[in-house]
Amino acid sequence: MSESASPRRTEDEADAESADADESESADAASEDGAAEPNPVRTGAQAVIAALERAGAETLFGVQGGAIMPVYDALYDSELRHVMMAHEQAAAHAADAYGIVSGTPGVCLATSGPGATNLATGLADASMDSDPMVALTGQVPTNFVGSDAFQETDTTGMTAPITKHNYFAQTADEAGPTVGEAFELAAEGRPGPTLVDLPKDVTNAQTAADPGEPATPETYNPATEADAESVAAAARTLERAEKPVILAGGGVVKGDASEELRAFAREYGIPVATSMPAVGVYPEDDELAMEMVGMHGTGYANMATTHCDVLFAIGCRFDDRLTGGVETFAPEAEVVHVDIDPAEISKNVKADVAVVGDAGTVLEQVGAEMERAPDAEAWREQCREWKAEYPMDYQTPDDEPLKPQFVVEALDEATDDDAIVTTGVGQHQMWAVQYWTFTQPRTWVSSHGLGTMGYGLPAAIGAKLAAPDQQVVAVEGDGSFLMTLQELAVAVRENLDITVAVLNNEYIGMVRQWQDAFFEGRHSASEYDWCPEFDKIAEAFGAQGFAVSDYDEVADAVEAAMAYDGPSVIDFRIDPDANVYPMVPSGGANGEFALEEGQL
Amino acid sequence: MTGGLQGPAPEERPQPTGRRNAQGERIDPEAHAEQDTRKAVVSALVEHEPGVLAKVSGLFSRRQFNIESLTVGSTTVEGHARITLVVEETDAGIDQIKKQVEKLVPVIAVGELDDDAVRAELVLLKVRGEEPDKVHAITQMYEGQTLDAGPRTITVQITGDHQKIDDAVDAFRQFGIIEIARTGQTALSRGDTPTTPGESPAASAESTVNQTDLQIQKETSDDD
Repeated sequence: MSESASPRRTEDEADAESADADESESADAASEDGAAEPNPVRTGAQAVIAALERAGAETLFGVQGGAIMPVYDALYDSELRHVMMAHEQAAAHAADAYGIVSGTPGVCLATSGPGATNLATGLADASMDSDPMVALTGQVPTNFVGSDAFQETDTTGMTAPITKHNYFAQTADEAGPTVGEAFELAAEGRPGPTLVDLPKDVTNAQTAADPGEPATPETYNPATEADAESVAAAARTLERAEKPVILAGGGVVKGDASEELRAFAREYGIPVATSMPAVGVYPEDDELAMEMVGMHGTGYANMATTHCDVLFAIGCRFDDRLTGGVETFAPEAEVVHVDIDPAEISKNVKADVAVVGDAGTVLEQVGAEMERAPDAEAWREQCREWKAEYPMDYQTPDDEPLKPQFVVEALDEATDDDAIVTTGVGQHQMWAVQYWTFTQPRTWVSSHGLGTMGYGLPAAIGAKLAAPDQQVVAVEGDGSFLMTLQELAVAVRENLDITVAVLNNEYIGMVRQWQDAFFEGRHSASEYDWCPEFDKIAEAFGAQGFAVSDYDEVADAVEAAMAYDGPSVIDFRIDPDANVYPMVPSGGANGEFALEEGQL
Repeated sequence: MTGGLQGPAPEERPQPTGRRNAQGERIDPEAHAEQDTRKAVVSALVEHEPGVLAKVSGLFSRRQFNIESLTVGSTTVEGHARITLVVEETDAGIDQIKKQVEKLVPVIAVGELDDDAVRAELVLLKVRGEEPDKVHAITQMYEGQTLDAGPRTITVQITGDHQKIDDAVDAFRQFGIIEIARTGQTALSRGDTPTTPGESPAASAESTVNQTDLQIQKETSDDD
């Protein structure tokens, strides 16, 4: 983003004036104080960086630009690791993935105007998935705000609906404490993205204010522990259940409650289904695992949730992709809903028992309150039968193009249990979640609520920086990869050992699938008449490239890509007609999932 | 890998007979009627900071809640403001509104007022001035005040509950109403009950705030 003078006044003039003003004010304050050890006088930007360091930030993702330059100047003297991204959207996704994998907020930086608007997709994505993230945006100097100045947008106005909370730093004194608060708030309670808009005169001005210890605002007090009455009601409801199901949501990941969930489910013999953000919290190879429920969930998970009599939902928000039509979602179940955010309870599905608290704490509380396990042997047997009746399976005849499911299984085979999978959005995302066997939390990093194509590669960059010792595989589609593949430049520059597996069918595949099912096969703007060769693109960026179109090349290419020390891209030319099943049509009944197109 | 996805087709599977309604509540499909809407007065105590009104009103528009009126004003506590909202929604919708507003970071507390809460609204009416005596009579009938009277127009102020204001506006129509400015309802709970849960008013005998002086605070005012 280039910098140019405003027609009315130059920014430098404005900056100089306000810096003078602030300096004299702080000097006055210091002399009145008469304290022996005055706080160091520094710029607002230096206070911002100090606040980030104090809050425990380690890695930042961003793009330079005019209004954020003072912050970058302060960063020059800092130990914080900054990763310069190719596009601000990718900076936000990388920070988002960093937050998912590490559990501490990822930080992204952008300049005013186009920098801030480019962050918006990533903010909305993090907001929908409750991921901890902090965005710092430059803003035009305060005396230009509202004048439609060069590279000005109303960033706080624009991002209010897509952030957990946002701030406009009015003075250099408040810049540091505000950033500290934004960092704490992003991770506290139900996580989410926060944003601090930093006008250039504020970051240039001098301040002697001590940022203090970062703390959340006084008005934000989420309850961790649930009240005894609701815990008792939950325990009694579960004890008398005959057909119980646990529905684990992303809150179990965010609350680091995977261990508590596993212990609880096994002790009381309750089958576990997960929402997509919760994939990995319960090992998918366990006998109680029903895996993912919803539109492209397993047949057995959808049968179990449809027929259960008690649904113990923990940290999930009953998104429409999970529930299908709410009229037919777990229609006979008493719903026990645990969430740290009271506003999620009874938002989409009415809770019979509402339990407000942190997932892990509540699981321990309910466990301590339970007097017996539910009498559910017949139900567990029924769930086992459904698993046998509706297996996740696919065909691999030798004379047909490569099946995407086979590729996913090959990648899973070649990687460790704690390998991290990131994805874009579309058919490839669904094959990845269906055919990879996840056993660990924070190893599935995807765009769930917003469904952002292009998420996979920048997310892989964020994930690798959060967990340098874990293998990272980005499963991408051709359409999704095309949206953010410029970030290969970053992966190469930072020498990140990530593998991008493109499931290339030369279609916007999920759209094509819906066109086949619901628009009489009219492939309007879903087919790529021409698609670039991704292996060659990888090489142009300085990464390693592979192209695979036959079954017998898959294992070797995966092995070579994993062995390569740096980013590699495998262009898997898959069956262009492969579709994702099972499928619940939008708004349909989960129990009526289709196993093939003819059943839709 | 064998023969692809298998299992009974949708129509061959057992289906539950239960149902939920649009609010996600388990219902008896034979007997159930949809939830009715009702009017509710919601009072939110907020930090009086820039953007708070935009955050609250933005929440209503993006969540498609039907907002009937909204008033804002300062309270006895410096730095706090009260937003009073009148909404018409189902019980589930009103519950969501309260919880979603409460969730906003600058919001301190949210309460729904009982039916017996003290409520008031204000209207300014500018009517044609040809019959000043009759206008004055109607103004007195509604315990209003004449704020401006000229040869061609008379402007009066009426305060009271929603119904009284509606009735007054109807009564003034006979003279020809030129302009109307009407506030939304504002309200306080009756007696010792705090208007929002846990609210602790500043113990000031001489409050500087005149509660009947309703003004929509400009977000960029000097107080901010």
